[in-house]
Amino acid sequence: MANNNAPLLEMRNIKKAFFGNQVLTDINLSLAEGEVLGLCGENGAGKSTLMKILFGMDVIRDTGGYEGDILINGEKVTFNTPFDALAAGIGMVHQEFSLIPGFTATENILLNREPKKKNVISEVFGDRLDTLNYHVMTERAEAAIDKMGFRIDKDMVISEMPVGHKQFTEIARELSKDQLKILILDEPTAVLTEKEAEALLASIRSMSEKGIAVIFITHRLHEILAVCDRVVVMRDGYVVSDEPAAETTVNEISSRMVGRAVETTAKSDIRDKSDAKTIMSIKRLWVDMPGEIVRDVSLDIKEGEILGIGGLAGQGKLGIPNGIMGLYEAGGSVEFDGAKIPLNSPRKCLDASLAFVSEDRRGVGLLLDETLEWNVAFPAMQVQNKFLKNYLGGFVKWRDEKSIREVTERYIDELAIKCTGSKQKAKELSGGNQQKVCLAKAFALEPKFLFVSEPTRGIDVGAKSLVLEALRKFNRESGVTVVMISSELEELRSICDRIAIISGGKVAGILPASKPSEEFGMLMVSMVK
Amino acid sequence: MKNKITAGKILSFVRDNSVPLMFVLICAVCIPISGFSWGYLINEIVTRMGRNIFLILALLIPIMSGMGLNFGMTLGAMAGEIALILVSDWQIWGIPGVVLAMIISIPISVLLGAFCGKILNMAKGREMITSYIISFFMNGIYQLIVLYMMGSIIPIKHFSIKLPRGYGIRNTVSLLNMRQCLDNLLAVRVSGVKIPVLTFLIIGVLCLFIVWFRKTKLGQDMRAVGQDMNVARDAGINVERTRIISIVMSTVLAGFGMVIYLQNMGNIATYSSHSQIGMFCIAALLVGGASVDKASIGNVFLGVILFHTMFIVAPKAGAEITGDSMIGEYFRVFVSYAVITVALIMYETKKRKHKSQNAQQLQLAQEEADKHE
Repeated sequence: MANNNAPLLEMRNIKKAFFGNQVLTDINLSLAEGEVLGLCGENGAGKSTLMKILFGMDVIRDTGGYEGDILINGEKVTFNTPFDALAAGIGMVHQEFSLIPGFTATENILLNREPKKKNVISEVFGDRLDTLNYHVMTERAEAAIDKMGFRIDKDMVISEMPVGHKQFTEIARELSKDQLKILILDEPTAVLTEKEAEALLASIRSMSEKGIAVIFITHRLHEILAVCDRVVVMRDGYVVSDEPAAETTVNEISSRMVGRAVETTAKSDIRDKSDAKTIMSIKRLWVDMPGEIVRDVSLDIKEGEILGIGGLAGQGKLGIPNGIMGLYEAGGSVEFDGAKIPLNSPRKCLDASLAFVSEDRRGVGLLLDETLEWNVAFPAMQVQNKFLKNYLGGFVKWRDEKSIREVTERYIDELAIKCTGSKQKAKELSGGNQQKVCLAKAFALEPKFLFVSEPTRGIDVGAKSLVLEALRKFNRESGVTVVMISSELEELRSICDRIAIISGGKVAGILPASKPSEEFGMLMVSMVK
Repeated sequence: MKNKITAGKILSFVRDNSVPLMFVLICAVCIPISGFSWGYLINEIVTRMGRNIFLILALLIPIMSGMGLNFGMTLGAMAGEIALILVSDWQIWGIPGVVLAMIISIPISVLLGAFCGKILNMAKGREMITSYIISFFMNGIYQLIVLYMMGSIIPIKHFSIKLPRGYGIRNTVSLLNMRQCLDNLLAVRVSGVKIPVLTFLIIGVLCLFIVWFRKTKLGQDMRAVGQDMNVARDAGINVERTRIISIVMSTVLAGFGMVIYLQNMGNIATYSSHSQIGMFCIAALLVGGASVDKASIGNVFLGVILFHTMFIVAPKAGAEITGDSMIGEYFRVFVSYAVITVALIMYETKKRKHKSQNAQQLQLAQEEADKHE
């Protein structure tokens, strides 16, 4: 029974935990027909998870489902797959394009929903041999493009389109579905030029006039104020504010996004290292890391400091260490300790006494099927010939099992790695302990300079503080320069001396960690592309 | 400026079509050396076109669905051979024999194709090497059936095709009573060149079918799956099933193609006919300018003409130059493998080049920005 007074969409007390990590707590949202809702928050605030729940994505069910109710027109619904959500009138434009590169816009708009014609052969062999009705396809694509209000060439092949038009093709695809009532746009303007972004805002307005409700997720706050009826700010899995867009400002939203309920005071022992010598000087670095493109970054890093690199996801902060360490194609120049470091060659970086703890710890960081001993000692053995016994004048090298065990056990102790012993396989450890093994591996190299990328991603609070403490200790005791890349501003503020914020692939600014969060928040959204 | 643009165009044309151009060059050098008359040459090429094109067309569908060059077409060839052995044992000759053999080959091809497709679905991204190995494995099963089961379990009456020991099939099975029956029906002679009109008609129908098939829902799905499996799956297309259908279709067509091929040859080399057919067909297709992810009907025709011209003239040219006719035989096998290797390398470099293009754009953008400052 449809209730006419009920809002189009209502989410009640939505809760979601990933492996005991609470990521959404008591989310209440409602959306009326034709309403435009702006949703903003830092990375990890829970926006994406919430949208995944609404869209019935597999990952939610695979991780134990969610609590709470979703109501559409006052009726409770459960979506087991995105196709159920589609049938109920929810459309979603994802951040990654979901388009067939060799197809035209028309073919993509109607992908797997092509109008067909019967023929003799299909009568015998089934309807998959129906021919496509190109005439009707063109008409429907036209209609969807008209509805969107932004002209794209319906006959152009996707791979030849400018990136903004690809985005519009995706939107047109959702609009071509007759049942569409709610459209979720996940950072649609991230890839658009300014002009295209304006066109998108205009088209959102026209959709809303036609009765389609829009949930608009973006980091460009002024866009939210320009087009949305209501703004919802999320932080740490909570909705922290829900108010009409007319009654708020960019400053208010950005401070709500970063401000913590309990403000963790920035650490007391911030050091000013501006007099120290520059150990690494990055000049005009560009890195082609898909999704984390770096453009023209120049940065000086002082010896012995802990430098934080922060910023929103996709803005390029991860590209910096990955580019310097040679994992993705890069250009520009990097000088380390007075000598130039050749880019695009990981081995040269390691030889120069640089170490890198990757954010991709299962892929790049660990030998999952090997023992902890192997994991800790392997790079040092490969790069520096450590833990080896030489025979016949170095012609034959044997592993020094005893010293490998000793060093592994030392790190197990120091980092409090929970394991059954140094012979346990790396894949059997929990995420947090795996991260500690990655650190131990880097420490065993005894580097002069350490890049640590997202060291606390996906690990619990207790392990987090241990990892951070280990990094701090390593920096203080061995005098190693540490550059830590993290999406969590508070984490950076608790350990770093200076923090550089990357936005739109460039350095938006460098501030001492003692500055208030709001200033960092403003930098984060300043140059978002 | 204009000259520069045309020069660039020519250069990119040469780069994109380097393999066909290389073969045009080889043929242009070898034809005069071989001393064959044009009449003989054209006659030979036309015969071989009729013999081979159907088989090569069978390769197009898996390329469309992104599964690369289907080395597994050997399975279809085996099905065609088994069907022909049975038909010749039953003494059904001429056109009815050919048609019956095609019909019998269908269920065998479907079975083998579905098996192959299932396995290829488990080995996504490694289809070519997997299908190559499957064809070796299936060759063993084929030998088991033909060498031990035919005559003992599967009834074979005629001693002309049975081994003297009472079971198993002889090394060669003669198809003399079926030889070129398709080719001779409706054949016309144009100034000494025999044109097998019926065979070409059948090929024409298959070409039309492929063109039509691309416009069907299934064809559209295959193209989508071929370009991006994940996007296709998200759109609700059953990716696995579509891929299996694509391999089954290719195998069935390869079975038909093998029947056409063998009726033209006039005999079956029971244990070797199928083993190199896949490789030669793939080489011919690549010579025609196809790549691992893109092939057209035009590539098939051009490839057959160039590849077989080389086949005909190279041994003679080799013999003329060195006095040893074996050199030509060596040359054709060598060239087939070389062409496939070159095509695979070119495919990889093209992919890599595409990847570094993004990086170049980034660098350019930075340099542009410098100029403005």
